[in-house]
Amino acid sequence: MSIDTDTARKVAHLARIAVKEDDLPALAGELSAVLAFMEQLNEVDVEGVEPMTSVTPMRLKRREDVVTDGNMVDKILSNAPDAREGFFAVPKVVE
Amino acid sequence: MSALNQLTIAAARDALRKGETSSAELTEACLSAIEGAGALNAFVHKTPEIARERAAAADARIKAGDAPSMCGIPVGIKDLFCTRGVPSQAASNILKNFKPEYESTVSEQLADAGAVMLGKLNMDEFAMGSSNETSCYGNAVNPWRRGNDDTALTPGGSSGGSASAVAADLCLAATGTDTGGSIRQPAAFTGITGIKPTYGRCSRWGIVAFASSLDQAGPMTKDVRDAAIMLQAMCGHDPKDSTSADLPVPDFEAALTGDIRGKKIGIPREYRMDGMPEEIEKLWADGTAMMKDAGAEIVDISLPHTKYALPAYYVVAPAEASSNLARYDGVRYGHRAKLAQGDGITEMYEKTRAEGFGHEVQRRVMIGTYVLSAGFYDAYYNRARKVRALIKRDFENVFADGIDAILTPATPSAAFGLGEMADADPIAMYLNDVFTVTVNLAGLPGIAVPTGLDRQGLPLGLQLIGRPWEEGDLLNHAYVLERAAGFVSKPAKWW
Repeated sequence: MSIDTDTARKVAHLARIAVKEDDLPALAGELSAVLAFMEQLNEVDVEGVEPMTSVTPMRLKRREDVVTDGNMVDKILSNAPDAREGFFAVPKVVE
Repeated sequence: MSALNQLTIAAARDALRKGETSSAELTEACLSAIEGAGALNAFVHKTPEIARERAAAADARIKAGDAPSMCGIPVGIKDLFCTRGVPSQAASNILKNFKPEYESTVSEQLADAGAVMLGKLNMDEFAMGSSNETSCYGNAVNPWRRGNDDTALTPGGSSGGSASAVAADLCLAATGTDTGGSIRQPAAFTGITGIKPTYGRCSRWGIVAFASSLDQAGPMTKDVRDAAIMLQAMCGHDPKDSTSADLPVPDFEAALTGDIRGKKIGIPREYRMDGMPEEIEKLWADGTAMMKDAGAEIVDISLPHTKYALPAYYVVAPAEASSNLARYDGVRYGHRAKLAQGDGITEMYEKTRAEGFGHEVQRRVMIGTYVLSAGFYDAYYNRARKVRALIKRDFENVFADGIDAILTPATPSAAFGLGEMADADPIAMYLNDVFTVTVNLAGLPGIAVPTGLDRQGLPLGLQLIGRPWEEGDLLNHAYVLERAAGFVSKPAKWW
């Protein structure tokens, strides 16, 4: 499976990474090379094999659905690039 | 007695308990070694104030007679671990200036045991790399050199700073993390010991996530006994990590009996790769002979799906990474790109991630995005998860046949020069993990032990793979190998 420039543009957008138009052909080439390496997986007979969901056979733990912390707005916002009035601030989302 | 920063954890512990030295003295010795080792670029955030404060507290504890083994021991912490109030960037520009308000469970447990944090250690960005060349801090450098040749060599990756710091005696030990070989490969490249425990042994809480089903923390130390001591302090159930194993942690140091008579050591034929350097072949054969001389039975085994481990890994790990790294959006922490007039939220995401992530991270996030996208999910991601199940079954079969441990090379070569792989395609770099990645896919414990030097004088290591949750037995096998190999070489100081 080879990736063309259009697919590379689409993948970059899905990943929310800006890639310059000029850089797309090189990116497509790199992605194609990695995917070609993965093609080997098609040699394996996986008939009737369940996809692994957990590497160790253990039940996921459940916890009580209770509040265990809170009231730490300052701590939560302390690393925000833009925080105002106790909120994260972002560019306008709705018109 | 050797210089204080050259001590093992065990030797320092014993000296501390006898009152022959203090944590303050050990800590100062390490801090001054770090000051003199800028050329290695191992420590990227130094925390001397925290170190001195903790050393004083440790000395008080030792005086009071309440001293666990790690009490007063100066260690380095990989930058992937969140440490309260101290930069924790995963070697990425996207986490520039990030200072967590919380502490990872593993580093907290070490601190509770009295360990002294000296600072944060260099690594590949988000632990994606095998040479420490993807770091936003620049390359960490291996203290070892090829004879008199002054070419700068890689310490391996992703835990390259940890490996370099331990090998150069800048600290007594360091934490590492291992997703596809990131503890074991750098340990082998620098002549130190590194163990990745069974998946679930160490809590992942507060460790910046790369591929959650593969990531495990572990110690990087000067010998096997130290690995046992430090691993003990790092392990244990943590309710904050739902995949953390609720199992008792045995006394790993007590497992080091040095007796492996009657144990069955598997030698997997699929690990004998085409074009494997003769030196690696010989190292492996020598290690096999050492285990046999120690009274173990050597058994040829087959792990038939080994060949497919790397391609499966390079589907599963990027898929998980693309999901985990979605959180870096420029909103809650880390870098946010400067926006142009009229830019909306999508431009903010796209510019922030383009500026903040390095090239290898971008590539892996996009590969992961692709293999998870509609239409390809079954062909790539589900197929890789099925192959992963088969790889795990290979190991289960040999363990069911009575194999106690598996002996393999740790890496396909000795440390290579920084920049030497720059023009190679990414797959060539990925091959560094060919012997280690199976262990992550199967969730097993694995340890790298230095057992020899190549003809250029660089360290080489062997890997032992153990049964799940049997780290004690695995460490004992490694202890036997270590004693038989008698590896005592140290890099000549040039930095």
